[in-house]
Amino acid sequence: MSPGALVAVILLAPLAAVAGCQLVRSPRFAEYLNLVAAVLVFAAVLWLLPVALRGPYILLRGYIIVDGLGAWVLLSSSAVYLLASMYAVGYMRARNEPQRLHRFYALLAGFALTILLGPLMNNIGVYWIAIEFTTLVSTFLVGFEKTREGVEAAWKYIVIVSAGISLALLGIVFYYWNASLHLGPTFNLTWETLRTVAPQLNPTMALAAFLLVFIGFGTKVGLAPMHTWLPDAHSEGPAPVSAMLSGALLNTAMIGIVRFIQVTDAVRLGMLPRTVVVAIGALSLAIAALFITRQTDVKRLMAYSSVEHMGVMTLGFGFGGPLGVAGALYHMLNHSLNKSLMFFGSGDAMHAFHTKRISRIHHVLIAMPVAGALWLAGAVAITGAPPFGLFLSELTIMRAGFAGPNAWAVYVMLVLLVVIFVGFLNHFRAMYFGASAQAAAATTRWSPTRSERIWCVLPMWLALVPILVMGLWWPSAFSHYFDVIAAQLGRGLG
Amino acid sequence: MFAAHLPPLVESLFSLLAIVSLLLAFVMLGSRWLNAYLGAFALQSWLIAVLSAAVAYYGGYPELYGIAVLTALFRGLVLPYLLLRITRRLNVDRELHERLSPSASLVVGGLLVVFAFVVANHLSTALGLGGTVAVLALTAMLSLKLIGFLMLVVRREVVSQILALLVIENGIFLGSQILVPGMPLLIELVILFDLLTVVACFGVLVRYLIVHAGTTSSRELTRLVG
Repeated sequence: MSPGALVAVILLAPLAAVAGCQLVRSPRFAEYLNLVAAVLVFAAVLWLLPVALRGPYILLRGYIIVDGLGAWVLLSSSAVYLLASMYAVGYMRARNEPQRLHRFYALLAGFALTILLGPLMNNIGVYWIAIEFTTLVSTFLVGFEKTREGVEAAWKYIVIVSAGISLALLGIVFYYWNASLHLGPTFNLTWETLRTVAPQLNPTMALAAFLLVFIGFGTKVGLAPMHTWLPDAHSEGPAPVSAMLSGALLNTAMIGIVRFIQVTDAVRLGMLPRTVVVAIGALSLAIAALFITRQTDVKRLMAYSSVEHMGVMTLGFGFGGPLGVAGALYHMLNHSLNKSLMFFGSGDAMHAFHTKRISRIHHVLIAMPVAGALWLAGAVAITGAPPFGLFLSELTIMRAGFAGPNAWAVYVMLVLLVVIFVGFLNHFRAMYFGASAQAAAATTRWSPTRSERIWCVLPMWLALVPILVMGLWWPSAFSHYFDVIAAQLGRGLG
Repeated sequence: MFAAHLPPLVESLFSLLAIVSLLLAFVMLGSRWLNAYLGAFALQSWLIAVLSAAVAYYGGYPELYGIAVLTALFRGLVLPYLLLRITRRLNVDRELHERLSPSASLVVGGLLVVFAFVVANHLSTALGLGGTVAVLALTAMLSLKLIGFLMLVVRREVVSQILALLVIENGIFLGSQILVPGMPLLIELVILFDLLTVVACFGVLVRYLIVHAGTTSSRELTRLVG
């Protein structure tokens, strides 16, 4: 199939799901329709991967771009969408609110649509709008449970992110203004146009514009110190939504930063922009380490772990070069799968223990043997321990860092990763093996219905197996893929 | 660029519009009454519409007439109307517990404008556009941005926070009319539409806040920490 047809499937399937869920207000129909859309999207993305590598293809009069980087982000995001759609079936059924379910699935499919739009946008202004729309749709998913905390989180989310992203708009206007001095008053500001005109841009202006877009989209990525919305939003939404926010949404915003780094390389500002990127990445790790060690809420623990991993990815892209890009992209896919697993596990734990407080969760393996074991394996994986994928990607990113001038950040990263490893797993120790024997006797076993057992546990297997495989074996096809993307991104320097 | 070669009279007209828009932001800073914010915002939007029309006329960008009409309609009428409906639903009509008194925020706002001018002057000089109306446009753009952020920080009522975000948007729009009047029409239209959607979403969220949180002041939204 042509890239155009595949892109049409990727965008129209969730759109059709939104319309279908709203028209036929049946909870069962909505679940399966959304699931079918997710499967279609994932299949189309898999098909698109090799096609995109031969690109970049520019479609729809220059508004859509299909390139390797975009397809990779789509892969990470659509995998999470598929897993979250499966998990949502079991999770939302257990909540027993069938009359609102069709709205939930309409919103979920709409959220997926906006997430999938971002990496495909070629016009920078339209990309900004796609990111803005992800906020608007997901706000209602965050506040879906309509608890006091949920509404508070939704409000903080929309205000902080809208304010942050307006900085990115200002940066884009700066880019447009500066480029218009060379290209004439009216032109389409695409990534390619901006990269081509970049050597002629004024360095002062280009630096100011880059810092604005970096802070702006960095807010959406959840980089410290703009991360404050993230723990609230991720902890208050339903578990499948948390997985989508963390595993899919953050990547869509990250791709913007990567593309702007490429543009900034072409302006030739020296190391300053990349050092800023690396420093913010390291700061995110530091903030995450502090909040992870002292966390009391299991979902906020996962949320701060997202801040950490976004920091690691930012470090990878900031170090740059073939190794840095490869490490960061590998990290992106592994983190998306792994974090979905972690949020699914915490969703199961909430069903079993009816609380998010770490201190009230104990003897997880007694309460839920299979899901608990998967969750524990995921916890080991997410802290970057072997034999899982994140270990390989973090190692690759460190190697990239040692090769560059920002090697100090590798030492910072190393220390903080150890702190996070200890802090994160200590919470799991407490939840699995901490409490007394009486508490163990009092622990009742979670007795899910058959459908819950399938829908809530199967996606965890589907997430864990790939990260284990990718930890043991780095496919050479991936290496080739990353080389092509790194070469495309490196054109800014060439 | 077109702002670099303007007759003095046109330049003064642009400057006047930009400066009065900036002053209206100070009206918001200096008042506690939500209705005063709304009025100032509506008036600011109308001035920006006039600015769009003026740029269309003097710069030869006919499509900006359409933008001017839409700006007046959406930013000047529909948005204030939507916000008015939101305020009517609340049982507050003024800021009660702002973090910084209006007079103190006026002073801080003044300092922010000075900072914005220094940055704008630096950037325009770097582009070889020092001493033109571009400096003023950039100053207004950055000042409105900073004042919007200041309002977000020191004001607690939800309506004030929505208006702060809209002031930021207005600032970007005002600046881009003068600096990049040739920006593709589609982008401007979508941003206008986007703004409407944002305010509609805020409206729904405010209703949730009233029903489920029982408050519309960020002072009491303190459950989620750590």
